[in-house]
Amino acid sequence: MIDGALGGPVEQEYLLQARQMQAMSFMVHIPLVCFGIAFPAMVLYLEGLWLRTRDPFYKALAKRWSKAMLILFAIGVVTGTILSFEMGLLWPEFMATFGEVFGLAFGIEGFSFFLEAIFIAIYVYGWDRLPERVHLMVGFPIVLAGITGSLMVISVNGWMNNPTGFRIEGGEVVDVKPLTALFNDNLWHELVHMYLAGIIVAGFLVAGVYAYGWLRGRRDRRHRVGLVVALSFAGLAAPAQLLVGDWAARTVAERQPVKLAAFEGLEETTKGAGFELAAGVEIPRLLSLLAFHDPNAVVQGLDSVPEDDRPPVGIVKLSFRAMVAIGTGLAALGAWFAWAWWRRGRLPSSLWFHRALVAAGPLSVVALIAGWVTTEVGRQPWVVYEVMRTEEAVTGADGIPIGFAALGLVYAGLAAVAYVMLRRLGRQPFHAA
Amino acid sequence: MLPELAAALTLVGLTFYVVLGGADFGAGFWDLTAGGAERGAAVRAWVKRGMSPVWEANHVWLIFVLVVLWTAFPEAFGSITSTLSIPLFLASLGIVLRGGAFALKGQAGTIAEARALGATFALSSVLTPFFLGTVAGAIAAGEVPVGNAEGDAWGSWTGALPLLVGALAVATGAHVAAVFLGADARRAGRQELVQAFRARALGSGVVAGALALAGLAVVNSDAPDLYDDLVAGAGLACVIASALAGVATLVLEWRERFELARYTVAVAVGAIVAGWALAQEPYLLPPGLTVEEAAAPDATLAALLIAAAVGMAILVPALVWLFRLALSGRLAYEEEPRP
Repeated sequence: MIDGALGGPVEQEYLLQARQMQAMSFMVHIPLVCFGIAFPAMVLYLEGLWLRTRDPFYKALAKRWSKAMLILFAIGVVTGTILSFEMGLLWPEFMATFGEVFGLAFGIEGFSFFLEAIFIAIYVYGWDRLPERVHLMVGFPIVLAGITGSLMVISVNGWMNNPTGFRIEGGEVVDVKPLTALFNDNLWHELVHMYLAGIIVAGFLVAGVYAYGWLRGRRDRRHRVGLVVALSFAGLAAPAQLLVGDWAARTVAERQPVKLAAFEGLEETTKGAGFELAAGVEIPRLLSLLAFHDPNAVVQGLDSVPEDDRPPVGIVKLSFRAMVAIGTGLAALGAWFAWAWWRRGRLPSSLWFHRALVAAGPLSVVALIAGWVTTEVGRQPWVVYEVMRTEEAVTGADGIPIGFAALGLVYAGLAAVAYVMLRRLGRQPFHAA
Repeated sequence: MLPELAAALTLVGLTFYVVLGGADFGAGFWDLTAGGAERGAAVRAWVKRGMSPVWEANHVWLIFVLVVLWTAFPEAFGSITSTLSIPLFLASLGIVLRGGAFALKGQAGTIAEARALGATFALSSVLTPFFLGTVAGAIAAGEVPVGNAEGDAWGSWTGALPLLVGALAVATGAHVAAVFLGADARRAGRQELVQAFRARALGSGVVAGALALAGLAVVNSDAPDLYDDLVAGAGLACVIASALAGVATLVLEWRERFELARYTVAVAVGAIVAGWALAQEPYLLPPGLTVEEAAAPDATLAALLIAAAVGMAILVPALVWLFRLALSGRLAYEEEPRP
């Protein structure tokens, strides 16, 4: 057992509210991260088209997108700051005990974030002021910093699920190896999974906006090109995500069998376990096949650990299903686009394709959040898997419900204002000159 | 050795945040106090022009300080954030409101919208540094014991010293901002704005200096151990450096030499931060926790310092480039077209 650097567990009446407050902050921040990951690459692609074709239309669209990118980045900066504060405000014992193990990743993330902030400012405010080539080059560090930044944050999450790089001796953390912790075994599949998710969410949200305009009769070149560029990213990432999801699930099956049992609500350890497709419809042996690529594999059930060590099954199971179902739908939509583009060299012109795209944006956000709920609630009751419980990590301070309510109100206000302002940006007259 | 280096790294980040982040907050202060919509328009536009390209980068110094602190001094970090959860939470709300309002201000369509967003931005620009200042003051006053929310949730940061440091944070930010914005005006040849910021710089400079002096008196009564180290040795050198740089800044402002004043004002503010740290040494959380005791194992500190050295080698040139572009007016500031 671990003692905790601040003196061990404290009484906290509002542990659940603390978790919900943290979850809310992530739900606000993660969709913005998706834009940080994917939007710069899309904008750069448009700028590349402008430099190659010299068609001012592409430049105008890239400029327009870069403005939205800056607004979303700015909101991401402040919502990300809230997360850093909350790490300490809500989970001081977790930070005090393990900051020295996983903190390095955040240190590197801090630098990535710095470079992102610097180059995004130069990029967006530097249109027409910097030599064209230089301006294009300025975009690359933004993309790169987006990758290293998510690599580092994901590293910490991977570590929480697969804590390595230290030992516990007499209740104390000893023998800290920060690099081992940084490059934990969960890092790579989580990184690729999240990176693709970022492309999918940002791509489908942007495509959804233009598809909505198309359905409302705005079928000009801006809507067509905006749709194609955004879909080229999301439409290719979505089918690939199915494969990465399989990789992720198999890693979970191997390293966190109780979490996998929660995905499926599998009560008892079973050989050749089936997969319940919908209530009452079970496909025999499918779970064993999915998790271990072997129809006869033994899948560990929830009963393999004491009740206190099991995650809340209902929400994990529901989230996992939502993620898989939406993800499969998005992959199908992406494949539809890719096929039409490959066969006919243009977008499908069907109304239903565009309607599906409008739905795909918000649904991809739902899938994103469901994915995080799956992995994070599935990790419960542990904050550091099988080492420290969430209840041992929480703050002893009062007032969590008040903070939760206040932050909720601020976020609701921020979301409403951001929505109105981005809509207005989209309606500004578009001059392709 | 490694713990001291890590502490120095924290201090470097903190100094940059106090000067550059402080200038951003201060710019918000001048936005708040610029007067009615018409009368204040020129100052507000100038604030926006100066801040737009740099505020996100300036703000990242805060993240930098947080991550270095929780990696290198996790125990201190957990103790600070749990005991001082109220001012830290209020500051973080202020950061969201401020960043959100500033980012979205540009798209405001009506005067009423612009006013509401502007007021949110400006008000949170004052409250955020105030609360962050009380956190620093509470640490200096020895109000943060080691443990999970072991200190007094309210009393720890509402004593004379924390409140005064909060006020000082607002005042120094306003002063630095007035100097930076005045220098921008000077470069751009906007004489009426040079005058406007000269008056503001002199006024806020005098207030900041007076608060710093009052701070010394309060330290004497509330944190005598800290005071003893502030009036001797390295602490005293910093106090003198800050005072001299402060006076030099006022003289330069009087003579409208804003370009030089940029640097003297940074020294004046930076020396306060350094003086605090040196006077508090060897304690990280007085009266009990030393830098040495609070430090993470050497393996972590070494990895962090190497990462920071590599990071700085990339970061500093990029940051210099950003500031050079911004200062030379080469980063465009286009007035958004009103629909």
